[in-house]
Amino acid sequence: MSERLVDQLKGGLDAPICLTWELTYACNLSCVHCLSSSGRRDPRELTTAEAKAVLDELRDLQVFYINIGGGEPTIRRDFFEIVEYSVANGIGVKFSTNGVAIDAPTARRLASMDYLDVQISLDGLDAATNDAVRGEGSYAMARRAMDNLAEAGFGPFKISIVVTRHNVDQLDGFKVLADSYGAQLRVTRLRPSGRGADTWHDLHPTNDQQRQIYRWLLGHGEQVLTGDSFFHLNALGEPLPGLNLCGAGRVVCLIDPIGDVYACPFVIHDQFKAGSVRDPGGFARVWRHSELFSSLREPTSAGACASCGSYDACQGGCMAAKFFVGLPLDGPDPECVGGSADASLAAVDRSAVPRPSMDHTSPVTLLRRKPARI
Amino acid sequence: MADAATTVLDIDVLDIDVLEQDELLEEELLVEEISIDGMCGVY
Amino acid sequence: MTVSLDRAYELHPQVALRPEPFGALAYHYGNRRLVFLRKPEVVAVVQGLSGHATLADALRAAEVDERRWPSFLKALSGLETSEIVRERASG
Repeated sequence: MSERLVDQLKGGLDAPICLTWELTYACNLSCVHCLSSSGRRDPRELTTAEAKAVLDELRDLQVFYINIGGGEPTIRRDFFEIVEYSVANGIGVKFSTNGVAIDAPTARRLASMDYLDVQISLDGLDAATNDAVRGEGSYAMARRAMDNLAEAGFGPFKISIVVTRHNVDQLDGFKVLADSYGAQLRVTRLRPSGRGADTWHDLHPTNDQQRQIYRWLLGHGEQVLTGDSFFHLNALGEPLPGLNLCGAGRVVCLIDPIGDVYACPFVIHDQFKAGSVRDPGGFARVWRHSELFSSLREPTSAGACASCGSYDACQGGCMAAKFFVGLPLDGPDPECVGGSADASLAAVDRSAVPRPSMDHTSPVTLLRRKPARI
Repeated sequence: MADAATTVLDIDVLDIDVLEQDELLEEELLVEEISIDGMCGVY
Repeated sequence: MTVSLDRAYELHPQVALRPEPFGALAYHYGNRRLVFLRKPEVVAVVQGLSGHATLADALRAAEVDERRWPSFLKALSGLETSEIVRERASG
């Protein structure tokens, strides 16, 4: 009869609802869990003209909102030119940043812009917790950016946390911090993507901590954003707010700094590459006709999860999580709350798991040790 | 003859029930709000 | 229930409507709210609002069976709460 909205969306739409666009692989930081293994600029980066051509396409497709990230997007000299062009063409922008460029004048400039959201990354309530993951000086840099935005009257910005074993107990504190700025808290799942592949086993929350996260999120409802990244926890009971489906290739996707299109930012790997905006037909053709996205829009079966009563709730979890720890895509998520993946995960040969297709990690240099100045 | 009339009446009643069911379903399905941050696979 | 049949409404000027196979996607640039209009008739009604003196006229113009009007009123009230549609000076 009438389908649920989720079932209609699983078949894909003629255009994404929103998408992530990593503007550059350059970054002033070297976070241990970086999903894009960023650090050094890729010489094949899209030019300003190419970036605007992508935005023209997105405008024609009526994509309402894009999430700009990287690397550190503000490092691009044409950052404001790109953002202003996007907004002028009816495409709202949220950009994700470590705060390096948000000095007082820049904060005032951002505050004067419309249809723009800013998201500051933070992974700890104090320098000790945060900098262990994001590098020396990064906590202070993020807090300064937040102070500058508040001082400039920017309004509600977002603070985005990747939940790890070491910051789960700080969730209440993060909420207090966000409230103190009138900011919106966002809490997202750690995936073993990019450099995250190396640190995931030590950083990902324990089973008990997952339950703690689930209860905390339920208690905070729509007040705390999650990017729908915890839908695998819905097997624990009442579903969390969100669409509760993997949007990759169906309602969202990633455009990377060199114009490659991937199913989502957590699967930067050839197996999940749909094409390039530089191909004939551009982004629209990749979105509508690529083999990868067409196959992601096919109905999937539960596979090895078929006999589990929770499959409807958790959808078998996240394909990025499964892929980069070396588990099969048609089986349970490595963090399956029922423990269904525990045995196979323990048996995986870690030396043979898929590696990210590219690595833009900076070599360690003396310069990188200097705390960033604002 | 009487039987045929009864049968026709039954079918009319059935149609109305189905229509009401449709209306009830449609109440839930006409509009649905989702969060712009509520889909997985975004930064 | 916040909307009434005898008032005039319009799509909020900050809302964009994008057609989809099953209906349309409505996005409010100001409050970032995103709503799926899940049936073509709902889209037709919403698009016709500003061209009709009352909501009832818009429903009639979109040929919505009167038995379905309660569902439509409920849906439109939701849209008003989300600021997707708003009342306009009647005329």
